[in-house]
Amino acid sequence: MELLSFGDTGWGDELFVATLMTIAVSITAMLVGFFFALIFTPLKLSTNKFFNFIGNSYTTVIRGVPELLVIYLFFFGGTGAVMYVASIFGYNEYIEINAFITGAFAIGIISGAYSTEVFRGAVQSIDKGQFEAARVLGLSKFAQFFEIILPQVLRIAIPNLSNVWQITLKDTSLISVTGLVEIMRQSYIAAGSTRDPLFFYSFAAVLYLLLTFLSMKIINRLEIKYSRGY
Amino acid sequence: MDLELMIGSLPKLLGAAVITLKLLSVSLIIGLFIGLLFAILRINENVIINKFAYGYSYIFRGTPLLVQIFIIYFGLGQIEYLRSTFLWVVLKEPYWCAIIAFALNTGAYTSEILRSAFQTIKPGIIEAGKSLGISNKIVFYKIQIPIAIRQSLPAYGNEIILMMKGTSLASTVTLMDLTGVAKYIISTTFKPVEVFIVAGSIYLFMTFCIHNFIKFLEKKYSFNS
Repeated sequence: MELLSFGDTGWGDELFVATLMTIAVSITAMLVGFFFALIFTPLKLSTNKFFNFIGNSYTTVIRGVPELLVIYLFFFGGTGAVMYVASIFGYNEYIEINAFITGAFAIGIISGAYSTEVFRGAVQSIDKGQFEAARVLGLSKFAQFFEIILPQVLRIAIPNLSNVWQITLKDTSLISVTGLVEIMRQSYIAAGSTRDPLFFYSFAAVLYLLLTFLSMKIINRLEIKYSRGY
Repeated sequence: MDLELMIGSLPKLLGAAVITLKLLSVSLIIGLFIGLLFAILRINENVIINKFAYGYSYIFRGTPLLVQIFIIYFGLGQIEYLRSTFLWVVLKEPYWCAIIAFALNTGAYTSEILRSAFQTIKPGIIEAGKSLGISNKIVFYKIQIPIAIRQSLPAYGNEIILMMKGTSLASTVTLMDLTGVAKYIISTTFKPVEVFIVAGSIYLFMTFCIHNFIKFLEKKYSFNS
């Protein structure tokens, strides 16, 4: 237990901060994922063959390639890509991208592919009559989507999005290979300096279990909230 | 685009893909047995056995695979007692540690897939078997298990693909699988995009094959034909 005390002698405070970091990366990645889903879901649902192809390629490639490989692509390729873009605008200094941004972006793209599939399924399962009724009522396009369609999509999507959240949360452990100090990286450091890997990795497992357990509780509440009236 | 590098790295990556496939197939076979065992424990009426099986699948599904590999590879070696037993022959090899972690992980997911398949079997089918005078044991082995396997094929296909992606974590415990070799080439040539395209294509090709193989099995064992 002494190993977990707060302060200079133990790893308690470091692991606490690392847990917060894991939560922060997961939430950021999930939001980045939503942003990608917002772009690619309409593409996947589009009747235009070209748009459709782009949407399908995104979800197929990302879901068929290991997460670790995607992270390596961003970790080694991210800096180069940003510097290339910057050089077009005439900026030639070395740019170092933060491990947090690289990681959240890489995991976000992966999470986005899963979210896209969830949203596509949810939109497709909504009765055609709902779209028609919204149009007949003379609502603006904006209101049609945000007032009628989106609430129904969310109700159907939330249980599946909770799976995406679990996947995203667990995937953040892979960012440790880029050096971002989240639960996994901190346990690695602690295990290395105390020579007690069994204890620290087991404790990391407990932390992840706690996170998945707590998020399940919160998501269940959301589910109840959005399925009022059903 | 460095085409020369892409073509040059292809043989190395293909060789590494063989290791990926080996890891995948061995851990799937062991995982299937673990999954079947725990699925049977899950439908047991004894509360303690039931809770034990649930706890197993909860822990392995609730923690990242990376943590599981690290506990087995770095953690178990710390226990002095284990070092003196014959288990140490297995546990000192990163290859077997990775396979143990993968098998336990996929076993947890497989047990959930099979359990839900067992529970969705129509009671009428089992009753029909019993009313024909077939013993409980044979009803289970010859009726329930084949139906459950057929019903869980689509979900199990997804699990195979997830596991194939999971084997990439073997590279974190010094194994040179497809991702490990890809990372090595990237870090020596600094050409991430080219290597990603080649390695990614190999992974996609494997996903494609698995997907179609499962579809073929589904058709072959479909109830209607």
